[in-house]
Amino acid sequence: MYTVDPRRTESAEWADTWLGIDVGSDIALSNTVAREIIAAGLVNTEFIEHSTSGFEAYAESVQSWTLERGEEVTGVPAEAIRDLARDYAKAETAQLCWTLGITEHANATDNVLSLINLALLTGHVGRWGSGLVPIRGQNNVQGGGDMGSLPNKLPGFQNVTDPDARAKFEAVWGAEIPPEAGWHVSEMIDEMEQGGLTALYVIGENPAQSEADVSRAIRLLEGLDHLVVQDIFLTKTAQIADVVFPAAAGWAETDGTVTSSERRVQRVRKALDPPGNAKDDIEILTLLANSLGHDWEQRDAETIWDELRSLSPMHAGMSYQRLEALDGIQWPCPDEDHPGTQFLHGWLWEDPMPREPAAFSAVEWVPPVDPLDQDFPIRLTTGRRLDSYNTGVQSGGYRSPIRADAVLDMSHEQAADLDVSQGEVVKVVSRRGSIDVQVRLAEGLRHGLVFMPVHAPDVVDVNQLTIDAWDPKSGTAEFKATAIRIDKITRD
Amino acid sequence: MIETTLADPRLVEITLNGETALAHADATILDVCRAQDVDIPTMCFLETLTPFNSCRLCVVEVAGSRTLIPSCSRTVEVGMEITTESERVANTRRILYEMYASTVDLSLSDDDTRRWMAKYEVKPGRFGEYESHRKVKIQDDLYIRDYDKCVMCYRCVAACGTEAQNTFAIDVAGRGLSSTISTEFDVVLPDSACVYCGNCIGVCPTGALMFKSEYDMREAGSWDESRQTVTTTICSFCGVGCSLDLHVQDNRIVKVSSPLDHDVTDGHLCIKGRFGYAHIQEEAGRST
Repeated sequence: MYTVDPRRTESAEWADTWLGIDVGSDIALSNTVAREIIAAGLVNTEFIEHSTSGFEAYAESVQSWTLERGEEVTGVPAEAIRDLARDYAKAETAQLCWTLGITEHANATDNVLSLINLALLTGHVGRWGSGLVPIRGQNNVQGGGDMGSLPNKLPGFQNVTDPDARAKFEAVWGAEIPPEAGWHVSEMIDEMEQGGLTALYVIGENPAQSEADVSRAIRLLEGLDHLVVQDIFLTKTAQIADVVFPAAAGWAETDGTVTSSERRVQRVRKALDPPGNAKDDIEILTLLANSLGHDWEQRDAETIWDELRSLSPMHAGMSYQRLEALDGIQWPCPDEDHPGTQFLHGWLWEDPMPREPAAFSAVEWVPPVDPLDQDFPIRLTTGRRLDSYNTGVQSGGYRSPIRADAVLDMSHEQAADLDVSQGEVVKVVSRRGSIDVQVRLAEGLRHGLVFMPVHAPDVVDVNQLTIDAWDPKSGTAEFKATAIRIDKITRD
Repeated sequence: MIETTLADPRLVEITLNGETALAHADATILDVCRAQDVDIPTMCFLETLTPFNSCRLCVVEVAGSRTLIPSCSRTVEVGMEITTESERVANTRRILYEMYASTVDLSLSDDDTRRWMAKYEVKPGRFGEYESHRKVKIQDDLYIRDYDKCVMCYRCVAACGTEAQNTFAIDVAGRGLSSTISTEFDVVLPDSACVYCGNCIGVCPTGALMFKSEYDMREAGSWDESRQTVTTTICSFCGVGCSLDLHVQDNRIVKVSSPLDHDVTDGHLCIKGRFGYAHIQEEAGRST
């Protein structure tokens, strides 16, 4: 096991080798690994010829990424990159697993493509023990996308721009679907600024604390003509809303399904009644539709699920009865005799190929948007800890004995250099804002790199510092790479 | 879905309580007995952990063997003749239970243990009445440890170690009669390597390890399993998809466990899955 992470995390301690990469140099590492695999003659030629396209142009694009250049850009010793490249290529089975360290960057999509390239070079995809594994941070990130909570997709990843797909849904829904893609969250924020978006309905999200460059986000949310928030808590976002719909907690107070990282659709079940006037999301949406003049009947989760199954072919075989009996089913599952699909890309190994081959994508490394310089010489990266969750709304409810959320982690060397000590409150300044936060000396960080968890925005609002530059393809902001300086607070 | 395949698919013929039976070559005697509805008492055994053989309650007679054999860990062999109930077996089980009962507080053991103790006509005070030795260790808001109830089954050590969590916060300290389960150098739990996954509590058979929320309710006399429902749902805190069993009493979650027979995590959870439910309780200030 290799761990690639700017921090020497607990996972890195378990790994055989830790590659302490510089924040934002992921593509440089991927491309260097690729060049080494090609130069060492370790590519899976048979797989490349049978299952992929664009290899020649891709090989050309990584040609300049020698081990030496890779070391220079990533900060990882050349030998370690070489070992990683060779071990990955030679392994009988190998997986690339990643999470937000890859995707919370302004070049998030290219980061992911650079990893896909490695799997295509070596054939480590679509078969047992090998694969590309984005590890989801919530129980239903996958399911949200599957259900069409994406600006350009209908449920089952059918395109809103496809007239046939729209017609199918319109026939069942009895309503016209706008034929063009909508906005993702980062675009919505920009549109609020430009006046293109004046009303917002937020369900189960807390953008007044979770958005990058959060001061700007709050200013724009406050400037809306109308803000509706549906949430289990009166979050910071709900507090500035015009209307708040109290909601039931999906995983314990409602019936329905969620979809895990491995595309497994699983049943959630109602174990208790929601408090006060809080209601199931389905009921709220139905009541809202009816008070806007429609005539929707209240339907239960299973009835709505069955409608979804009639419209989304990849879910068609997943009756509640089967989900129950099989403890969840992995999509696609096109009919009720289908066992579900364990390997999404198993088709790459079929002969003849049932679809167009998988394309290599030449991607070039670019440094993080927020550059380090004399005024902002330290790299701040943000993330989660084991016992907490996102903005802390849900995990703040229990008293964890191992919690350390409202702190700035730094190495002993960094602290000595700044003349600060454990527990001292310092001022952290970025190009967008500043916050005061307590120092925690931590192992696993090096000079020039500090870390803050995202869980305690009420105490230390780290997103005052982060940059809202976002990836044009995924819409994800660059939470992982902020340029800062740390000022000692002197008392008079 | 991966089909579970036995390492050795061959079948072997054995004799179980005088009757011929076919068993998979890598099945244990206990596997065969449970499949045939033959009642065998166990205490340290758990389906999801490697048998540790500490309690000896599952012993049976095997023809040709001088000693009794722990059925949880012994695999069947061709021609094996097994007797699960005999005077010798019953005597052994009775005396083991009597020794446990005079040294350990078994008051929170499961219903099966109570049933087996009645079946073998156990006299709990036979080797002296049980006396409490230690105080309950309460060192944080999530766990309690009451080693008066510990039967040294090692399940918690296994779950904290290589069989589930790989955290190694607890192990056996001391020797012989004075051996106990302990953190390193007996430091308080928050100073140990513990990550509060609750998997040690999840596997404890006697209530020696318990969630503090359950302990507090028991102390207050409000813990009432007859008023509790158990509903299986999915944890909301990450994308792994662990099954949660929500134990609900009076419209409040009072405990979270996880079904052992679920192939996502075999009954093991993390700190958020075990304790993260607090935000939906009444006092958490929900929007209503």
